[in-house]
Amino acid sequence: MSERPYLEFERPIVELEKKISDMKDFSVGESIELSGEIASMEKKLARLRQDVYSNLTRWQKVQLSRHPKRPYTLDYIELMTTGFVELHGDRYFADDHAVVGGFAHIDGQPVMIVGQQKGRDTKAKLYRNFGMMHPEGYRKALRLFYLAEKFNVPILILIDTPGAYPGIGAEERGQAEAIARNIREMSRLKVPIVIVIIGEGASGGALGIGVGDVTMMLQYSWYSVISPEACSAILWRDAGRAQEAAEALKVTAEDVMGLGLIDKIIPEPPTGAHSNHAAIAATVKQEILQAFDSLKGLSVEQLLEKRIAKYRRMGEFQE
Amino acid sequence: MEWFRKSKPPLDSGTKKNIPEGLWTKCTSCGEIVYSKKMEELLWVCPNCNFHFRISSHKYIELLLDNGVLETYDDNLTSKDPLKFKDSKKYTDRLKDAQKKTGLKEGVISGMAHMDGMPVSFAIMNFAFIGGSMGSVVGEKVARAIERSIERGVPLVIVSCSGGARMQEGILSLMQMTKTSALLAVLAEKKIPYVSILTNPTTAGVMASYASLGDAILAEPKALLGFAGPRVIQQTIGQDLPEGFQSTEFFLDKGFVDKIVERKYLRDTVVRLLKFMWRK
Ligand SMILES: [Zn+2]
Repeated sequence: MSERPYLEFERPIVELEKKISDMKDFSVGESIELSGEIASMEKKLARLRQDVYSNLTRWQKVQLSRHPKRPYTLDYIELMTTGFVELHGDRYFADDHAVVGGFAHIDGQPVMIVGQQKGRDTKAKLYRNFGMMHPEGYRKALRLFYLAEKFNVPILILIDTPGAYPGIGAEERGQAEAIARNIREMSRLKVPIVIVIIGEGASGGALGIGVGDVTMMLQYSWYSVISPEACSAILWRDAGRAQEAAEALKVTAEDVMGLGLIDKIIPEPPTGAHSNHAAIAATVKQEILQAFDSLKGLSVEQLLEKRIAKYRRMGEFQE
Repeated sequence: MEWFRKSKPPLDSGTKKNIPEGLWTKCTSCGEIVYSKKMEELLWVCPNCNFHFRISSHKYIELLLDNGVLETYDDNLTSKDPLKFKDSKKYTDRLKDAQKKTGLKEGVISGMAHMDGMPVSFAIMNFAFIGGSMGSVVGEKVARAIERSIERGVPLVIVSCSGGARMQEGILSLMQMTKTSALLAVLAEKKIPYVSILTNPTTAGVMASYASLGDAILAEPKALLGFAGPRVIQQTIGQDLPEGFQSTEFFLDKGFVDKIVERKYLRDTVVRLLKFMWRK
C-alpha cells in the first residue's frame, strides 16, 4: 500500500493501514501476541473504508479517476491481453503519443485496442501530453479503426483523457475536423466496438474515439461535456470552483447511467482501481468479453442499425 | 454629439455591439462610422474592413432562400432541465430569458425551403439564444433536418453560429454531436449533398461535429472558427496567439474550409455548388 496518501479523504485509511502493518511487523519481530488488537483494527479499517467510499462526492470521484496510481491503458493492455503489437502514426503528420493502439489477443480473441495514455512521472507525462490528443492522434486512431474493419477484427477502446489538446498546432491541423470525422466514421464502422471509460472522459476529446456499440464506465470514472475545472472557469471565472461544477454537471458513472447514456458501470475494488490493478483488470476483461459476446449474433446491418438507433434516441426535450 | 447611438438589439439578433439600430453605426472591428441605412443595404458588412456583423436568423432566411420563405418544422421543441442545472442562474430561468430576448423557443430554426427552385432542408443557428449552444433540442432539430434530407432525397444546408455544446445539459449535449454526425454518415452514404455555412463564431462541439462535415464548407470572412476557445489556448500555452489565429482566413489557409464567401454571394455560391452535386 502507498506510504503517503494522494487524496485528502484517503488519509485516515492510509494512516490506519500503516498502523496495522507496523503492528504486524512488531508482533512478528517481538513475538508478542497482538492478534486480537490487530483483528479489531482491521475491522475498524473495513468500516472506515466503507464509510469513506460509500459517501464519496462527485468531486472526490473525479479525483479518484485522476489518482496517479490508477491503471492506465497500457497497464490494462499488459494485464488483460497477450501478443500486443503496437502500431504507430497517422501516415500524414506524426505519431501522437497521447494515444496508443494496436492488435492484441484478449482471451484468445483478436482485437484492435485503442486508448489514451497518460504518463506516471514528469517525463512520461510530458511524452504522453497528459493524455491530451492532437489531430494526428485522432487520425492515427481512425487509421487503426479502418484497419480493424478491413480485416474484420473487433475494436476495443479505453478512454482516459482530460480533453483534446487546446494548442496552436492542434488548431492548425484541424482538431475540430479530426474529431468530427472520427465521430461520423465510427458510427458506421462494420465491426463491433466496445468502449470502456477507465478514468477521465472529457468532452470531444473522449468522444473523438468514443462512438460504439457498448459503452461501460468504471465506477470512479467521469464523462462530461466539459471538465469541472473548465466549466467552473466559464461559469464563475474561477477554476477553483470545480467541486461545484462537478456537482452541477453530474459527471459520475452513476449520473451518466441514470441518464441512460451508457450500458454498464463496472465496479472497482473497495478502495478504487489504483489499490488493486490485477483485480480491476480481471473484472474489466470479463466485462469486455461479455460485451463482445452480446454483439456476436448480430449481422453487420443489425449492428449498425442498433448503433445508430442508440445515439438517435439520446437527448431530453419536450414538444 | 450624438452621431450614433449604441442601442438595444432588435428581437432575434446578435450581441449588443454587433447590431446597432441607431442612425449611425460604428464598426466594432475597424471603428468606421457608417450610416445605418447604408449598412442595411450592405447586409451589415463594413464597407471599410469587410467585417461581417452578426445578423438575425430571419435576415439569413431572407437572404438565402427563395422568396425569403422557410416552412418551419419542429417549432414546439423545448428544452427540459434534466440535470436541474444551476449556477448564478437556474437553467430554466436562462431558457426563459433567452426565449424572451429572441422570441424563439430554442437556438435553431429549421424547415424546408427552396433555393433557386431546388428543394432544401435548412437549419440556422441563433447566437443570441444562449450563445448558439447545442443542447438536446438543437441536436434533435438538426437531426430531424438531416432526416428530412434523407427521407426526401433533398440537399441539406446548415448555417452554424455557436460557441459549442450547452454546458447546462452536461453529457446529453455532448451526445448531440454523435447523434447529428451519425445521421450525416447515413446522408453521405445516400450521396445527398450537404453544404455547411460557418458564421461568426463557430467553435467547439458544433465545429467538432456537423459544422465540419459538409461536402462543401463555406465561411463568412473574419469569423472566429476553431475547436478550443482562444482564451483557453492562451492559458494553456502561456503565450500570445498569432495574428489572425482561428479566423476564417486562417482556416482556409490550413485547408479546413472550401471557400470564404461574402454574405452577398452566399446564396449564389450554395446554389451553384448544389447544382453540381444534386440532381432531382
Ligand atoms: Zn470595419
